[in-house]
Amino acid sequence: MTVKELIDSGLFGVINEGENPDCEVTKVYACDLLSFAMSKAVSGSAWFTVMGNMNTIAVAVLTECSCIILCEGAALDETGLQKAQQQGVTVLKTALPIFEAALLLHEKLK
Amino acid sequence: MKLYYDLHIHSCLSPCGDDDMLPSNIVGMAMLKGLDVIAVTDHCSCKNCPAVKALAENYGIVALFGMELTTSEEVHVLCLFDELEKAMSFGEYVSTKYLPVQNEPEIFGRQQIADEDDNIIGEEQTLLINATQIDFDEVFDLCERYGGVMIPAHIDKNANSLLANLGFIPNDSKFTCVELKHKGYYEELCKKHPYLKKCNVISDSDAHYLGDINERIHYIEAAERTAKSVISALKGKNI
Repeated sequence: MTVKELIDSGLFGVINEGENPDCEVTKVYACDLLSFAMSKAVSGSAWFTVMGNMNTIAVAVLTECSCIILCEGAALDETGLQKAQQQGVTVLKTALPIFEAALLLHEKLK
Repeated sequence: MKLYYDLHIHSCLSPCGDDDMLPSNIVGMAMLKGLDVIAVTDHCSCKNCPAVKALAENYGIVALFGMELTTSEEVHVLCLFDELEKAMSFGEYVSTKYLPVQNEPEIFGRQQIADEDDNIIGEEQTLLINATQIDFDEVFDLCERYGGVMIPAHIDKNANSLLANLGFIPNDSKFTCVELKHKGYYEELCKKHPYLKKCNVISDSDAHYLGDINERIHYIEAAERTAKSVISALKGKNI
């Protein structure tokens, strides 16, 4: 599944459509501590978290995540949004808890 | 006496701090705004504090020295000292607890060390916004050991704060001062967390851009216009 296909699936709401529509969503990754995500998230991961700030975006760029999904209704703050727009990072949102949201995508990726 | 303050300002050493946040610009702006006391608190480093000290002395502003420490739980805590040497020793210790991740300036931003004349004299290589290997429950004793005060930062924010990341105030806490982004939340927070009733409350700008530095709004009641008196005021209940 590509990022574009994930967006079109309507599973999650869209906060920022990035510049990577053809990027393959390869894996599901869930973590809220940036220090862990920084070293553990693998390239192509869809990253499920509640941390919506500019550092989340930077870590997603660093680890080459395909997209970020902000769960539990967590918001992306203003500087985070600007950073996502500048860096072309796809950020999606859902009211679901992290586990349920991640499981939903995991099932789709099977 | 009333001392108007801003004790949480990021310089160009913080990757997220604007490149214009040179120590000279920060101290100059603080003077223009009529602040009495400031602290430049970069993420996990005090390396721009020497320049701040020199400038503050020239401008006649009181400076505290320290950093915004990121604990292993990614809770942000201001660690403030009345003397540069104490802060620098504390900074040395914290640097032994860094996670070994290098900064990538094009992604996170530059981490520049400046002198008082705006010369860039170095660049920190380790990523400073990362967590350290220091747990929240270690911070109070650590600050005491180096002669400073710990202040959990912006505890009303929903990221990187004591209440967001830990979700509660540990029973064995010893800190006596907290920082709120919005002081108006204090009463409400006290109902949920009665511990806060015995704390001093400060409110800082957390500025990453020059224009965001506090105006002359928030003040501390201190016995004298000295760094030592301000630290005492932060520790005692007289704000």
